[in-house]
This record gives sequence, C-alpha cells and structure tokens, in this order.
Amino acid sequence: MPINTLDPNTWVDKYSDYLYNYTIVRVNDHEVAQDLISETFLAGLKSKDNFKGQATERTWLISILKRKIIDHYRKINSNKGKAEVRVNYNDSESEGDWLEERVSDPYDRTAEDTMENEELGMAIFGCLNGLPEKQASIFRMKTIDGIDTETICNEFDITASNLWVIIHRARKAMADCLEENWF
Amino acid sequence: MSIKLECHEANHICDKNQYREASFWEKVRLNIHLIYCRACRKYTIRNSKLTKTVKNPKVQSISTDERRVLKERLQQELSK
Repeated sequence: MPINTLDPNTWVDKYSDYLYNYTIVRVNDHEVAQDLISETFLAGLKSKDNFKGQATERTWLISILKRKIIDHYRKINSNKGKAEVRVNYNDSESEGDWLEERVSDPYDRTAEDTMENEELGMAIFGCLNGLPEKQASIFRMKTIDGIDTETICNEFDITASNLWVIIHRARKAMADCLEENWF
Repeated sequence: MSIKLECHEANHICDKNQYREASFWEKVRLNIHLIYCRACRKYTIRNSKLTKTVKNPKVQSISTDERRVLKERLQQELSK
C-alpha cells in the first residue's frame, strides 16, 4: 500500500473547492462554509503528525471537515429551543386545516433533485483533482474562472496552441471521469 | 483554404467553440465536417455536455481573493 504524505502548501489550491462544495450542501451559508474550511486546514496542520498515510490527503481532510460541521451544528443547537420544530395549529389562518396536509409529499422530488445537483460540484472538483496539476489549473482558470486565453498564456508562459492542446486533453479526461461518476 | 477539415482540426474548433472563441467561418466548416463525421459528432456532443455541466449554477467555487485569504491564514500557521 503506498504511503500518502501531506503537503499543506498545496491544500488551498487543490482541495478548497472540493471541500467547499461538500460543506455548502450541508450548512448552506457561504460565510460559515468558508470558516469551516479554514478551520479544517488549520486543524489538519495541527494534527498532521497523526496522519498515518493510509488514506489520501483528501479523505483525511474530509474526515476532519465532517467533525467540524457536526461541531458547528452542536454550537448552534446549544441555544435550546431553536432546534425544535414547532407546529402551531392554533393561529386563525390555518384554522380548519389538517395536519396530514403538512406531511412531505413522496412524489415531490424537488428536494432530492437539488441535493443531487449540489453534489455535482463535488463530482467535478473530485475529477479535477485527478488531472495532472498543470492541466487542472489551466482548465480551472479557463472554464470555471473564465479568464481569457492570452492572460493564461502569459501566466504559464506557453503559446496559444499549447494551451488548446492542454485544454483538449483536460476536457477529454474530465468528460471520461464525469461519465463514470456522474452522468 | 479548403472547406474540408481533418478530424483533429475539427476537435480544435469544437474546443474553441466551447468558449465562444471560434470564428463564424470556423463554425461553418465544423458543422459541415459534423455532417459526415460520426466520431466528431460524438465528441462535440460530449464536449457540450461537459460545458453545460460545469456552467451549472450549483457548481460553486471559491473566488481567487478568498483563496488568498485562506492561503495566508494557513501560511501564518505554517511559519509559527
């Protein structure tokens, strides 16, 4: 079994988007998600001596992040009362309605569909992690950040046709990977 | 300039087209190529699907500025 090592310098570039997409589905707040990721990286740094090298960097970070998300909800819910769902049936507006009407509708798939859509982000950034570093960063800049060709060429010191070859390979790899994991 | 394209040229134009960087004449030639080339048709469909997927508004990423903030915080901790 190959021993995995940690390289904290690359964490932000490599994993922040993946972790962000994981978090945003679960906490649904941009600021909170960002704080949690930042905390995760710092916690990872602190306990990096405990890393045994059996999991990949990403799995390890996700497992820390999971704890952080749980802690976050614990913190919110410690203000007792907020966590309770109160069904109030005594206001004048809903007088005469039946409780059964409020039960979730099993044929309404909207919630599940949104959830699936949100996990798409993870699938994409997961695939992006599988690409060679240069391909991944160029594909990211071009496709997701929408930076124009010339700027990217200058930054990486390559010609335009070079760039298109890299993009072509990256797109092919991404399509293969997503086909396997998503479509 | 002939109107016919080699497959690798067609793929190149198709890639460019995903970023709206193909010229009108290139698009015409690509479409003519697609009429008779099955492999490239398949590639084009897959390529557009990928573009559409990545463009999905549910796919969120952290902006460059926010990445820098994250990096700085991590860097600070590293240098301690």
